[in-house]
Amino acid sequence: MIAPLGWTIRRDLLLACRRSADALGSLAFFAIACSLFPLGVGPEPAALRGMAPGVLWVAALLSATLSLPRLFSADHADGTLEQMLLASEPLVLIVAGKAVAHWLVSGLPLVLLSPLLALQFGLDAQALAVLVASLLLGTPILSLVGAVVAALSLGARGSGILVALLALPLYVPVLVFGAGSVDAMGVGGGVAAHLLLLGAGLGFALALAPWAAAAALRIALE
Amino acid sequence: MSGQLSHGPAAVPGAITATHAPARGRWWLQYASPQAFYGPAGVLASLLLPLSAVLAAAGLYVGFLIAPTDAQQGEAYRIIFVHVPAAWLSMVIYAAMAFWSAVGLVANTRLSAMMAGALAPTGALFTFLALWTGALWGKPTWGAWWVWDARLTSELLLLFLYLGFIALQAAIDEPRRADRAGAVLALVGTVNLPIIYFSVKWWNTLHQGASVSVASAPTIATPMLLGMLVMALAMWAYAAAAALVRLRCIILEREGQSAWVARVARGGAA
Repeated sequence: MIAPLGWTIRRDLLLACRRSADALGSLAFFAIACSLFPLGVGPEPAALRGMAPGVLWVAALLSATLSLPRLFSADHADGTLEQMLLASEPLVLIVAGKAVAHWLVSGLPLVLLSPLLALQFGLDAQALAVLVASLLLGTPILSLVGAVVAALSLGARGSGILVALLALPLYVPVLVFGAGSVDAMGVGGGVAAHLLLLGAGLGFALALAPWAAAAALRIALE
Repeated sequence: MSGQLSHGPAAVPGAITATHAPARGRWWLQYASPQAFYGPAGVLASLLLPLSAVLAAAGLYVGFLIAPTDAQQGEAYRIIFVHVPAAWLSMVIYAAMAFWSAVGLVANTRLSAMMAGALAPTGALFTFLALWTGALWGKPTWGAWWVWDARLTSELLLLFLYLGFIALQAAIDEPRRADRAGAVLALVGTVNLPIIYFSVKWWNTLHQGASVSVASAPTIATPMLLGMLVMALAMWAYAAAAALVRLRCIILEREGQSAWVARVARGGAA
């Protein structure tokens, strides 16, 4: 029953290793986007420290959006996706596996890189830990909700910009609670509430997004 | 390649056609056929449009000439006669769009998806109108065209959701696929909309004290309320009429190959 989940993840990870430039590209984009903000708003340490969580989170959103079109397009182009739809294994599990693999390839490296970038913005250790925890909980939601959007815009004209247009408004709650969790430290308490809400969002997305993405894939390929 | 595969629940031929003999008590189901609804939609639109014009004239008369000047906000408050109904409709139309999308997905009726597509531009228009009139009201009252208030921000995000829906439908060439993809997106948006609203609300209260709040408006005088309600009815009628007129255009576009459209084009009845 759960096997398709495993082999989809393994296959997508293998493919990502063979084409490592893709994953590294979105990671580089994340780093570059974060580095642009100090250049744009000036090097005052206090101001940078204040906006660091927001900057990192927005960059994470954009980086996730950038890598979404690749989620299904290659499999769609070479016909693998049609075979997955025809397979006797539940499509929901395959889609969930692809979303998990997408997170492992584009979300997890970003979480691991974020402490370094946060240090450049002058965040202290405690804020850094909260930021990493929020990214760890929040970025899987980006991959899951993103899978729905990527499936919907599969085969549409100009799908790259379309994915951004569709996904970013849906990402707003993740951004609010993710960046808000670090800000909540400054105003006293509320960190746990933000992280719990992110966790709830992750559970919610895990429960619903694969089904919506599977329905969208059926629509795209009928 | 992608046109050959057809399986799953989406491919069940459940669409009801006009040639179906309607079952007893289910006569209204015949209007699920675009051809059968084309005529009634025209009649409804031609009734609703004059109605909305009359109501709008009455509502604006009450709003601008009868309603008293506000003690705190002066004459600037009169924008609410456009602003509040527009904001109301921007949300109602999204709900209607999601409803027809769900019906279209479940019952596989083409007309429902066409209706959702016809509602979207009107909904986006009202969302934009609500934002625009809100800015016009905010400048004299709050001293700023825009504040990152929870309501304003979530209304802006609603506009983005409308634009995303329209963009998705426009980007897919096959009409039926565009219908279904749009329907799924509308439903995902509906699930997300309350989450967006509450997250933005919380974000707002966390970042700044509620220096300005639309919620704490004082209770308003009867003529003001009356003007607002009449304007709301006018806009409801306009929205329905505009959506129906657009629906008729969509039906003609989609059914362009069929014989009855050729008859309509020659001036005959549907």
